[in-house]
Amino acid sequence: MKVSITVNGKAVSGEIEGRTLLVQFLREGLGLTGTHVGCDTSQCGACVVHVNGKAVKSCTAFAADLEGAKITTIEGMNNADGSLGTVQQAFQDHHGLQCGFCTPGMVMSSAALLAENPKPSEDEIRHYLEGNICRCTGYHNIVKAVLAASGQDADQIAAE
Amino acid sequence: MHNFEFVKPSSVADAVAALKDEDALALSGGQTLMPTMKQRLAAPSKLVSLTGIAEMQGVRQSGGVLEIGAATPHAVVAREAAAVYPALAALAGGIGDPAVRNVGTIGGSLANNDPAACYPSAALASGATIVTNAREIAADDFFQGLFSTALEEGEIITAVRFPIPQKAAYAKFEQPASRFALTGAFVAKYAGGVRVAITGASEDGVFRWSEGEAALSSNFSPAALSGLSVSADGMMGDLHGTPAYRANLVKVMTQRAVAAAS
Repeated sequence: MKVSITVNGKAVSGEIEGRTLLVQFLREGLGLTGTHVGCDTSQCGACVVHVNGKAVKSCTAFAADLEGAKITTIEGMNNADGSLGTVQQAFQDHHGLQCGFCTPGMVMSSAALLAENPKPSEDEIRHYLEGNICRCTGYHNIVKAVLAASGQDADQIAAE
Repeated sequence: MHNFEFVKPSSVADAVAALKDEDALALSGGQTLMPTMKQRLAAPSKLVSLTGIAEMQGVRQSGGVLEIGAATPHAVVAREAAAVYPALAALAGGIGDPAVRNVGTIGGSLANNDPAACYPSAALASGATIVTNAREIAADDFFQGLFSTALEEGEIITAVRFPIPQKAAYAKFEQPASRFALTGAFVAKYAGGVRVAITGASEDGVFRWSEGEAALSSNFSPAALSGLSVSADGMMGDLHGTPAYRANLVKVMTQRAVAAAS
């Protein structure tokens, strides 16, 4: 079967099977390998992308179910001039990544949070990122990065 | 995962027709079904997506009843039910994580009837009506044990109607890895009495704690439950909690829910 969707502002279509996962379509079909597969069981959040503006685990979505949807992946998060977007830049500034494997999902979930709640508290950030696991356990700097991306003082949380 | 035919009808009638095929299954978000299929514990020949049916979406209030379209995601319930039925909205906002809540649906959760899922407790404690393509089923008759419901083969939930209580709250002792309820208690107070539904504890899935209901109907306070004890017979046991531990949680979580609702 055929599916037509918009990915990072570009209309794309491809031949898929019923069982083709969104993340497979993105990585193998379109070569957008920025979206990672960590656990493949919807626990870890490395595969989070935006579907019509909402955070979704792309390992637990069928491409066939998303005909006509607007998808944004980590490749669509930079500025028009190619520089890092606000959330990406904040992650770099605050060392919000160590090995970097979880980072695409962390950035996409953080951006979804800021779209819903532009000035989240530390608690709200930690709660919202529950479904994103960082096995380097770098959560503290990730939370700082999200605070900074929202224009708040990242030093307000204690150094731990 | 084995391959299958995928269809996405735009009406309930077309979905019911598509589900007549042998081995066809309904997909309503798929946050449980897809992991199950990856494990090859389910291998449908055809999946019928229910998320493209407009009449199965949305949260509507009519008099003292809140009706939720069965394909409404948890995140939408958390947002749109907050003013009318805050305990239900809070429950929806605590399921899984934000990305799961954007996709998983109330109808999918109720039809699956996982013994540790949150929504069955809200439906049972509220005395909700489960509306299907064929009939209306009282929550008291709907839940029939572990992953079992009154739904017939090919029958789909189209909406759920919740009578709005005077007071209500849900208290969940969360299993931190899965975020399912290790034990959860939903308490709802109506003019006719108090209903208490427990999830996560029993080997038979969600159930009403009738002793607790009787005590709370005469005195709606946590202290009203302090003299009661719950038997460990028939409670689930695993590495996260023994049957006796869960039996104790039934009382403790119900008391917390009553305190939150008062």
